[in-house]
Amino acid sequence: MALANVLQSESVDFSNYGRQRRGFASGLYETELGVESVGGDNLSFAVRTACADGDGPERKIEFLHGTTTLAFKFQHGVIVAVDSRATAGSYIASQTVKKVIEINPYLLGTMAGGAADCSFWERLLARQCRVYELRNKERISVAAASKLLANMVYQYKGMGLSMGTMVCGWDKTGPGLYYVDSEGNRVCGDLFAVGSGSMYAYGIVDSGLKQQNLTVEEACDLGRRAIYQATYRDAYSGGQVNLYHVHSQGWTRVSQSDVLMLHQQYQAEKAEKA
Amino acid sequence: MSYDRAITVFSPDGHLFQVEYAQEAVKKGSTAVGVRGKKIVVLGVEKKSIAKLQDDRTVRKICALDDNVFLAFAGLTADARVVVNRARVECQSHRLTVEDPVTVEYITRFISSIKQRYTQSNGRRPFGISSLIVGFDFDGTPHLYQTEPSGTYHAWKANAIGRSAKTVREFLEKHYKEEDMESDTEVIKLAIRALLEVVQSGGKNIELAIMKQDESMKILDQEEIKKYVTAIENEKEEAEKKKKT
Repeated sequence: MALANVLQSESVDFSNYGRQRRGFASGLYETELGVESVGGDNLSFAVRTACADGDGPERKIEFLHGTTTLAFKFQHGVIVAVDSRATAGSYIASQTVKKVIEINPYLLGTMAGGAADCSFWERLLARQCRVYELRNKERISVAAASKLLANMVYQYKGMGLSMGTMVCGWDKTGPGLYYVDSEGNRVCGDLFAVGSGSMYAYGIVDSGLKQQNLTVEEACDLGRRAIYQATYRDAYSGGQVNLYHVHSQGWTRVSQSDVLMLHQQYQAEKAEKA
Repeated sequence: MSYDRAITVFSPDGHLFQVEYAQEAVKKGSTAVGVRGKKIVVLGVEKKSIAKLQDDRTVRKICALDDNVFLAFAGLTADARVVVNRARVECQSHRLTVEDPVTVEYITRFISSIKQRYTQSNGRRPFGISSLIVGFDFDGTPHLYQTEPSGTYHAWKANAIGRSAKTVREFLEKHYKEEDMESDTEVIKLAIRALLEVVQSGGKNIELAIMKQDESMKILDQEEIKKYVTAIENEKEEAEKKKKT
């Protein structure tokens, strides 16, 4: 693994021939992947040429991608809310995309950026998490799962991966929420919104979270509302709002609501109030 | 530099002789004893008599792998150095990737798989060490594991390796009592008594390391060991007196 590589001189080292590092991070490379792993069988932090160029013209600037995904922690766990629109330029490719990936019964990942990148890497993450569970006879923590994902994609930094995901779950330290992206960012936090509609969603959630101690119902409504508002203003978000709640027993799919129906519902509520 | 012929091959009747010879090498090493209590884990080793001019502190047979795990070995010191080094790096790597300290079982498994790999590779001989690995997991459970040159590992309540390991293990089996394990002093005394069975001249040749739950490893100095030894000797005398009456 990375550290062992750096400290190579300190331990007796035969040549790399036939050598399999069985340390933690390299578990991925012991089985066939179908993807050429960089640098042979070792997870290496060696600086690759792409990075050595610095901020050269090759680096694509990652713009926010056509989606709105949102997750926030609250008293009773984590709420995960996403839209379901996929766009190719200005063409709406689909209104029914599943942007929440069920990694395992207590871990969820959201999808923003390249759909293929997200779903591929998160499925790989699911595999790694399962192997961890079998080897160590206990569930993987959210911190470790997000770290595995971050380390996996860091190998491909600068090669055009596009992925901005939130890893949400519940482990023995309580609710966990991490934002991981293909740039190599991995941040722990209480609230994240990712995608082109994220700013609109932040507005709703930030004001709604001011009152502490939300009930599960209220938190779900907040998440739903936030995504709805984002789809209202952002052209690249729409379709349905898929809502999940992560609690100590795992995650539950709370609801799937069409945005247009929500619009009717909120309009009616507004009319009632007036 | 790749050798084609494996050194460790099966014999016609199914033995791996190199591994068995490695176990013989372990039997020549100085004794090490490990005891697992409820809230304390103890490792004791026999200190071989050192030459006058040699600096005492450089002969350390008890090594810390991380804040919560430490290890004592019996056998080839040089082999142990290599294994301990790799284990230490793995402990930190684990902290880096999983953001948690290793469990005792994990690092034992890691060390065992290194040892096993060397029984199945080209041009390499097995490691000539057995080790006793003790520590606490981050949820507070104490563990004691023993690894062997073959790459197997088992959990133990109390065990001994090295010279006269059999005698010491029998002593432990006779005198290990579950209730005693609640008391830290009893655990330490059991380890010392077990070592005293085989060590030549009493407390001077014993090195003891203890770790209490939520504390870091502590190596007892000579005075403390002497205190326990005197206490043990007193207990023995009283037991003798009682027998006589």
